[in-house]
Amino acid sequence: MALKDLVDPAASGPLARSRGIWSALHLDPILLFLLLVLVSGGLFVLYSGADRNIEVVKAQGIRLGVAFVVMLVFAQLDPAVFRRWAPWLYAAGLVALAAVLVVGVGAKGAQRWLALPGLPRFQPSEIMKLVVPMMAAWYLSRHFLPPRLSQVAVGLAIVLVPMVMIVQQPDLGTSLLVGMAGLFVVFFAGMSWKLIAAFVAMVSVSAPLMWFFVMREYQKQRVLTLLDPQSDPLGAGWNIIQSKTAIGSGGIDGKGWLQGTQSHLEFLPESHTDFIVAVLAEEFGFVGMLVLLLVYFLIILRCLYIAATAQDSFSRLLAGALTMTFFIYIFVNVGMVSGLLPVVGVPLPLISYGGTSGVTLMAAFGVLMSIHTHRRMISA
Amino acid sequence: MPWGEFKDTAAERRLFQRRTLVMLVFVILMLGGLLGRMYQLQVVEHEIYTTISDKNRVQVQSVPPPRGLVYDRNGELLAENRPVFSVTLVPERVDGMDETLIRLGRILDVSEQDLERFQRRLKEPRRPFQEIPLRYDLTEQEIARLAVHRHELPGVEVEAELVRYYPHSELTAHVLGYVGRINREELQRIDPVNYAGTNYIGKSGIERFYEETLHGKVGYQHVETNARGRTLRVLERENPVPGEDLKLHLDLRLQQRAHELLDGRRGAVIAIEPKTGGILALASVPGFDTNKFVTGISVDDYRALSQSKDKPLFNRALRGQYPPGSVMKPMLAIAALDSGVTTRDRTIWDPGYFQLKEGGRRYRDWKRSGHGWVDLKDSIAESCDVYFYEMAVEMGVDTMSGYLSSFGFGEDATLDVSGALSGLLPSREWKRAIHNEPWYPGDSVNLGIGQGYMLATPLQMATATALIANRGTWVEPRLLRDVIGDDSVEDVLPEETHKPLTLKNPEDWEYVVESMAEVMHGTKGTARRAGSDAPYRMAGKTGTAQVFSLAEDEEYDAEEIRERLRDHALFVGFAPIEDPQIVVSVIVENGGSGSGTAAPVARALFDAWLLEFSEGSGSGLVSQTTGDAQ
Repeated sequence: MALKDLVDPAASGPLARSRGIWSALHLDPILLFLLLVLVSGGLFVLYSGADRNIEVVKAQGIRLGVAFVVMLVFAQLDPAVFRRWAPWLYAAGLVALAAVLVVGVGAKGAQRWLALPGLPRFQPSEIMKLVVPMMAAWYLSRHFLPPRLSQVAVGLAIVLVPMVMIVQQPDLGTSLLVGMAGLFVVFFAGMSWKLIAAFVAMVSVSAPLMWFFVMREYQKQRVLTLLDPQSDPLGAGWNIIQSKTAIGSGGIDGKGWLQGTQSHLEFLPESHTDFIVAVLAEEFGFVGMLVLLLVYFLIILRCLYIAATAQDSFSRLLAGALTMTFFIYIFVNVGMVSGLLPVVGVPLPLISYGGTSGVTLMAAFGVLMSIHTHRRMISA
Repeated sequence: MPWGEFKDTAAERRLFQRRTLVMLVFVILMLGGLLGRMYQLQVVEHEIYTTISDKNRVQVQSVPPPRGLVYDRNGELLAENRPVFSVTLVPERVDGMDETLIRLGRILDVSEQDLERFQRRLKEPRRPFQEIPLRYDLTEQEIARLAVHRHELPGVEVEAELVRYYPHSELTAHVLGYVGRINREELQRIDPVNYAGTNYIGKSGIERFYEETLHGKVGYQHVETNARGRTLRVLERENPVPGEDLKLHLDLRLQQRAHELLDGRRGAVIAIEPKTGGILALASVPGFDTNKFVTGISVDDYRALSQSKDKPLFNRALRGQYPPGSVMKPMLAIAALDSGVTTRDRTIWDPGYFQLKEGGRRYRDWKRSGHGWVDLKDSIAESCDVYFYEMAVEMGVDTMSGYLSSFGFGEDATLDVSGALSGLLPSREWKRAIHNEPWYPGDSVNLGIGQGYMLATPLQMATATALIANRGTWVEPRLLRDVIGDDSVEDVLPEETHKPLTLKNPEDWEYVVESMAEVMHGTKGTARRAGSDAPYRMAGKTGTAQVFSLAEDEEYDAEEIRERLRDHALFVGFAPIEDPQIVVSVIVENGGSGSGTAAPVARALFDAWLLEFSEGSGSGLVSQTTGDAQ
């Protein structure tokens, strides 16, 4: 139980008494605390990234407030509810994705939104980030684990279908996140290492084929730009050069809050949305990045602990996959901004301004809290 | 099918926990990788990115110094700097480039060339949010119209630049010259540091000669700019040293009068204040609008100017080299007297022609019937050619050439008049070198009345006349009167180089001056009509210069041929005789006779200077009190 002690030292300490309240609220205090630290720190960075526009911060605050309510609601639901609804949600999601492709609305050549009469405008692909792992977990947990080859195949199919539909919108970033969420379920379910190795090999082989047959021109351009941003310093390379400059010029302790020249002088594009981590790196330096990554790591650690201590396979698989999706967000975003990965539209979770991803993420944390607090055993 | 707890075997749980551990390790490794990347960028390569970041934000801008202004002697502004507005577009902020351009085309006058240049620059690589100019030199109406439509045209901006403006451009074109965009040749000549922010350079005239003084010293500023190139704050600034203002001897009123007097003709007028050598008027008519040249003249406008028969671009006063004709007689009289070839008492018989030897070629006097018995004074007053034919032969080319050279012929004797030509003072050596022929006595005969090879500019004729007015004291012609700034006139004006012309008998000056007075006031004086009824006495000499040929490819109608074949009318003179205040040289191309056309112009200028303007602050009489400089 080394892992448990590491993650949850309060489990048997004086905090144990207050557990009753949190249990009643179906909230996990440690996770909640870490999220609040992250979100409030994020608002400070956002204020700077949005060039002191308090309206942006207010709007983000309201959005996060809504997201916390969503988390609260999800936390109240029993994991069994998610399990029961998973296939229906999945089916509805596929229909919605199909509808997006036919009647969706959007901007910049991509159709991502669905505007149904009587409902607020929403992005079905965003919901699929939750529904796909639920569906995969639902399917795989019906059988004995580890899954057999055929079960793995069905599991992968469950993931692949919505992924392909989202790519068509086109929305590579979301598709990637949805796909990763599903794949993590299969991985946690115990897909054999041989199969994993074969899968990785297959992906490596198909990557060049993707390049020629699937990827669009602008996506190829992003990859080329990543490899050599100087080839077009004023065009496609601009973002990446400027964000690396912002990060690098921050140094160890940064230029100070609101003092980042790259962001405030508008050299850094998207400084309050996808590239906000560069603002943090410029103004708070390496130390700031260390703190940010540490907070993220603690959140992941807590979530993995929740997953590991969950009571049934469905919950475990779902919790593990959602946690890892959260991590993928972080890794892709920070990797992209620091020039390790091509530019894909993935926000920095719970810090970047806007989008519906914040709501989805908080819903995922709601699911995790639900799993942690709806325990069948009568203990503590 | 049973769920969860029924098949929640310990094996499954252990499997999941193993996988979770793997993922934890994976997460730690990946986060470690990100942290490593941050370490690389923020610690290892920090210096590199700091440099890039500073280069991004801090720009060193050169601040061009404002060009010095030019005033006339009364403080009238002749050359100033005006903000000129251009319209620029920031493509990133424009909604619909094509539509915006069409709209702008309705508001402004946008030419094909403007559009072409704009489209070309649009395709070139540039920084995001960098503006691209569409059209320069907007009129005030255009700026106003743009302001009205501004809200409909995002990304369209109006920018200002200081550009030279000549309020009296037609009048002062040939004195001030003009500035224009620095061209490739000039780029190699100028100091690239001092001209880092400068777009314009003096091309001719005062603007060219005093370029260094007018230009000033470049300043610098380190500015923080945003990605759109907009300056947000100045971090450090070294102010430019503005160019120094110049005050000229020129009197705009006299200059304007000269232009009026020559209006509709082609010709030149030079007026010099003999005491100072200051050029009071320097007119070459027709003039042209120099302002067109500053921001770049259009091809059509330039063609119209350069192909005009009246040659407005040609500076007749400085660069028109004419046979000076009879206006040379006073100078040659000094030569003849001082060299001892003739005396005041000597008289000759003028039968209307001159022959080198019996039965030889007859060199005609302008008066067919001859002037009869004439002495030197009569010969000047009546402009007798035969007397000077004889003197010329007796003096020979070397003596004449020597004296004429002392009068400033054959050289550019000016101090600061850019582009003045030196004319042609023939000599034995010159003829040998150029024509590979010896000097014939017949050449001397022609030189004796300022014809033949001799060529002089109106400015040179004025300079030589000023020497007579000053009784041999040289004062080189100059335009600059005062520098309003740190430098003094002596710092920027070149050294005077001419020694006074000292005669063996200084009384000869008075004799020649009196002879010139006879021209104006004598009963037989050639310009007596122009000199009549004056409250002061003046000295002068008329001349005519023959027009030898027309260029064969030029086409004229019959009447024009007649007009354009007429002699050039010349006149030089000064007034008042006792205390000369103004020396004038006039040439009217194809004006016919000097007495009929050129002399009245000079008289009008004398009157203007001595009678009309002398009451104001602009008179030469009050040259000690400098006009009010602004």
